[in-house]
Parts: sequence; structure tokens; C-alpha cells
Amino acid sequence: MNTSAGASEKNQAAETGGAASYFSALWAVIWKDLAAEWRSRELLSAMLVFALLVILIFNFALELDALARNNVTSGVLWVTFAFAGTLGLNRSMAVEKDRGCLDGLLLAPVDRSVIFFGKAISNLVFMLVVAAIVLPVYSILYNVNLFRPGLMLVIFLGSTGYVAVGTLLSSMAVQARTRDILLPILLFPVAIPLLVAAVKASAGFLQALPIEDIRPWLNLLGVYDVIFIAVAFMVFDFVVEE
Amino acid sequence: MDAKPRLLTILDAVTALMMTAATIMVFAYAPMEAVMGPVQKVFYFHVAHSWVGMLSFVVAGIAGIAYLRTKNMKWDIVGLATVELGMVFMLVGIVTGSIWARPIWNTWWTWDPRLTTTTIMELIYAAYLMLRQGIEDPERRARFGAVYAIVGVISVPLTFFSIRIFRTIHPVVIGSGDAGAEGSFDMTPRMLQVFFFSLITFTVFYFDLMWHRIRLGSLAQRVEQLKLRLSE
Amino acid sequence: MMIEVRRLIKRFGPKLVLRNLEFNVAQGEFVALLGPNGAGKTTFLRILSSLSRASLGEVRIAGFSLPHQAAQVRQQLGVVSHLPLLYGELNAEENLRFYGKMYAVPALDRRINEVLKLVGLSQRRRDLVRTYSRGMQQRLTIGRAVLHNPSVLLMDEPHTGLDQDACEMLDGVLREVAAQGHTIVMTSHDLARAAGLASRFDVLTRGSIQASVQRTDLPEDGLLAFYRQALESATAARVERSAL
Repeated sequence: MNTSAGASEKNQAAETGGAASYFSALWAVIWKDLAAEWRSRELLSAMLVFALLVILIFNFALELDALARNNVTSGVLWVTFAFAGTLGLNRSMAVEKDRGCLDGLLLAPVDRSVIFFGKAISNLVFMLVVAAIVLPVYSILYNVNLFRPGLMLVIFLGSTGYVAVGTLLSSMAVQARTRDILLPILLFPVAIPLLVAAVKASAGFLQALPIEDIRPWLNLLGVYDVIFIAVAFMVFDFVVEE
Repeated sequence: MDAKPRLLTILDAVTALMMTAATIMVFAYAPMEAVMGPVQKVFYFHVAHSWVGMLSFVVAGIAGIAYLRTKNMKWDIVGLATVELGMVFMLVGIVTGSIWARPIWNTWWTWDPRLTTTTIMELIYAAYLMLRQGIEDPERRARFGAVYAIVGVISVPLTFFSIRIFRTIHPVVIGSGDAGAEGSFDMTPRMLQVFFFSLITFTVFYFDLMWHRIRLGSLAQRVEQLKLRLSE
Repeated sequence: MMIEVRRLIKRFGPKLVLRNLEFNVAQGEFVALLGPNGAGKTTFLRILSSLSRASLGEVRIAGFSLPHQAAQVRQQLGVVSHLPLLYGELNAEENLRFYGKMYAVPALDRRINEVLKLVGLSQRRRDLVRTYSRGMQQRLTIGRAVLHNPSVLLMDEPHTGLDQDACEMLDGVLREVAAQGHTIVMTSHDLARAAGLASRFDVLTRGSIQASVQRTDLPEDGLLAFYRQALESATAARVERSAL
């Protein structure tokens, strides 16, 4: 889409009710994802079972004894979130694609960013729900307390950047012939800076390092979030508009 | 278009001459490094290849932006060409680096930021090619390729930065070196001359190959068009 | 003119799908777009519906041009494609409410009731769409397409996969929609079905409109003969061209 088309679409959005209709459409996209998921629980149950299986496999692969656990917990957590996240991202876009609903969204006279942010926010909710269940289970299984506000913040920041770039790439992946295998291959190499920062920041909080040592990683996470959201938002039009 | 352009023939000849000259300079003109000995010679090729790999990655990002702005298929051909070449150059860079690292760092491989970032770059290139393979419609393939090249070129420096915060043992030969870097050395003026000549040579080599690859891409597109006209 | 298309060209890579297509539809017309498979009907409809972009040429709908005024055009368009564009895990009412919010439809509750009545699904409004039969889904799809009172309705093979009864019910809905003054373009390869509905018949083959006829100018049961003749003359023109 060229810039003049983008501008006129934005003008149109402003004419037909501006911010109010923008947010009402945004909320509609999020609401229908959450409502459909609440009915079927397909996506969340798959993500959750998968996440628990990953943790189980780590348990045997790494022999998570008390000493090892302290060092690798944050790594194990983020690998789990990243894997479960791709599962959810793929499914959430495939649902739109299969019944033509992506076309339905594109036919609506709303700015394309409504679709992007709507899908990204519902994906973020799914990821956070998975985290909210994985954390207590992990805490019980390994007798560590993961309920630290700092860790929650890191999970929120890390997931935000991850779903931003993930939503963009999953909307490309579902339009490819090889869609079932493509998303992780596309997503993992570009999400690495985000995951590195998230793992380091989480480890910092879990090992109760002084906040001065963690802050650089938190700042990095924030900066990466902004960069990834901005880039994904800017190029999303090109992915959905033929 | 049909006949090979004269300028390209000239560029081929210049590239061949420069490559020969660079090889001779590396082995005959550049002085032997006192501590590392002959293995240091690989450095002239290693840095040049890695530099071209990096350059091609940036070109892929720029071609991506240019494609999305103009929707001109030429830019798609440029993007694919630079990714294919970049992959090869980067691989040569990694292999020559390993050859150097074995005697100097006592290991083929280490998880240092540059090495890691380089590997991730290769993986992004590979993902780019796989993405293209999965899409039939040429216009959509070009569009998605462009988007992914842009996301990739933004992500790679961030990756480098993330990993950089750990300590590095990779020598920084140009500019100030880390105190912890192993295998760093000061370049004599002769070494510098050879080094820069080698950089320029391989950059010229890259542009020469790019030209050939872009020509090949355009010809392939024409063949497709002609085939289609025949079948109608 | 509700729809104006000038010298439309669409290529997929090197392949030319639509070549210099000209197409005009006046307010209130119901045009059946006929043609063999692979003639470019779906591609043409996707361009009209703003989902795909013309390689060259001019497309205006309700006075707005594509792609630059896409948002205005979209507000004027209702689209029925061969996929349902409905969410299986939501019920009929929720599907309509979702799309109503996307189109910022005023007095949404009243409008949803009207539409459900129009397509005969008031009784099943709270059932999940994935439990619907193909015919009911298709009716709801049409309800979704007319929800925001679009001035132009585009339909791609709306009868595909429906049995006799479902087809007749759908025809009833379509006649009612047409009577409300919507301009309609419908692709079809079922001549008999199209003959009973449309007010004008256009034949699209080899990437452009080869022939067009008003229902009033067509003798009783003359559609098949007209269609055959259009295809034959297109083939003849092509043979002539390649002989040159």
C-alpha cells in the first residue's frame, strides 16, 4: 500500500467516528477471539499441555536438581513460553485463514492496524494465561517460588515483543504452502535478541540480583518491544494487502 | 539484455585481476605475523568474506524496502541474489574463521557474539529461502520475502548487541580492542594495505557476482514469460 | 454508474489473467457473471472487493476509486465468497455483532434482528455456526454481507455446495435483497440458476467480457444459446489472432 492510500484510509477512519470507532473495532476483534476460545478452549489447552510436556522433558534431559535449577529455571521457562507461543500464534492465524475470516477482516472498512493489534493483543492474552498456569505448576513441582513481581514484569515485556513479531510472521506463514512448519523457522532467529534479554532479566530476578544488574536487561527488553512493535506495525499492511 | 554487456565483461576481467593480485599480496607482500605465523594469512580472506556477507544482508534489507515502495520485480531479483551470495560468503567467512581459531583459540568454535550472530544470520537467510519456497504466487513471494528481509536486517544488530554484553574473546582488529580478546595483533602498514586491498577486491567480486545473478534472474523471468506465451 | 471498470489488467507474475476488461453496472442492476472455470471470475471479483489489486486500469465503485479510497469502497461493499467468512465457535448473533462493530453499523441490535429475519435464521440465532448446515451457513453469510446495508453486493458462486431446497431458499433471500435496491454482481457457472435471478448476463472468458445481454432482450430459454455463442466467438477470435 502506498502512503497516499494509507493516509486516505486514516482520514476515512477519522471521518467515520475517529478514535471511538477505532477502539470499538479493535475491541471487537479481541472479544471475538477470546469468546471463541472460551467456548472451545482448543488453543489454550493445546498450548498448556504442550508447555507442561516441555517442562517434563527438560526435567529428564537436564536432571533438574536443586543446584541446576537455580541456573537454568529462567532458560527452561522461556523455551517453554516460546514453543507454546508459536503453537498458539500459528493456530490463531490458521483459524482466520481457513474459513476465509482473514478476508472478512480485510473487507471491513477499518485501518489495517486494527487487525494487527487485535490479533496481537489476543495472542498476548493467550500467552499470559499459559504463563499464569505454568508458573504455579513449576513452583510446586520444583519447590521454588516463582511469584515475584519482577519476573511477572519480564514475562509481560518479553511476551509483548514476541507476539508482536510473531503475529506478523504467522500471518505470512499461514499464507504459505508449508505453513505448519514455517512459523518457528521464521520466528526463532529474529526473536533471539528478545529471548536473550528476557532470559537474562528473569535469571536476575530469580537469583535475587541487585536491581542495578537487572535494569540494563529490562531497558533492553523495553527498547526491543518498541522496535519490534513499530516494525511489525509498519510492514503488516504489506503482508495482508495484495 | 540478450548479449552480455561489455561493461560486465570488463568487470569480470578486473575482478579476476584483483583476485590474483590480492592472493599474491597476501602470500608474498604481507609480512609474516610474528606470534601466529602463516595461519594469520587466513585473516585477509576471513574478514573480507564476513564483510561481504554482512553487506549482502544489508543490501537484502534495502532491496526489501525498495520492493515494497515500488512493487518492481527487479528489486525482488536483487533481494534473492544478494541473499544467495551472502549465504555463501558468510559460510566461507565462518569456515575460514574456524581454521584460524583452531590453533589460536584452541577450538573450532566458540559462542562469542560475532560467531553467534553470524550463525543466526545464516539461519535467517535459510528461513528467507524456505519462506520463498513455500509460496507459488510470484508477487506474494516477493512481498513476503521483502518483509522478512526487513525484519531480519533489524533483528541481527539487536542480536549482536544482546550477546555482546557478555564478554567477548573475538579480537577487534580495527578500532580499540577488548582487553580480554585473544589473538589480537597490531597491523603493520603493509598488513593494512593488503587488508584493505583484500576488502575492496572481495567487494568488487560481490558486485560482479551480483550482476551475473541479477542477469540470470531477469533471464529466468523472461523464459517463464515466453513459455507462457507458447502455451497460450 | 455503481461500478465502473476501465481497461483492467491483472497479472500473476508473467501470467495475464485479466486483459483490458471493461465493465459497467448501473444502480440496481443484478448482473450474473458467467464463464468457464479459470476465466478470471474469482480474480475479477477479488479486485472489485478490494482484496486484490489491479496491475493496471481503473476501478471505481460508488464513485470511489480503488485502491486509493479503499476504506470508502469497503463501506459500500458486501461480499460473499466461496468461503463462509464466519467464526464456527460463535453463534449467528455474535458473528453479526462482530461484523457490525467492524463496520460501525448504527442501531446494531435492531439491524441484527432484521437481518436474521431476512435470512430466516431468527430461531437458530443462538446456535454455534459450526453446527449449521451448509445452506444455513450460506444464508448467514449473505446476512453478514448485507448487514451494513452496502450499496453493492458481490457474490462468488453463492450456490456452490447447496442442495435443491437450500438453493431455493437462498434464491428467495437473494430476490428479497435485490428488491431492496442493492446492486448485485454474482458469478455463476449454473446457467439455470442465474437465469432465474439476474437482470443482466455477462460472459467473462479469456480475461475479458466477451458479451453482455439484458434479460429483457433475451428470448425465453435463450441464455444457454447466448452463452455458447459468446464462448465460440471468443475462441474464433483467438484462432484468428494466432493465425496472423
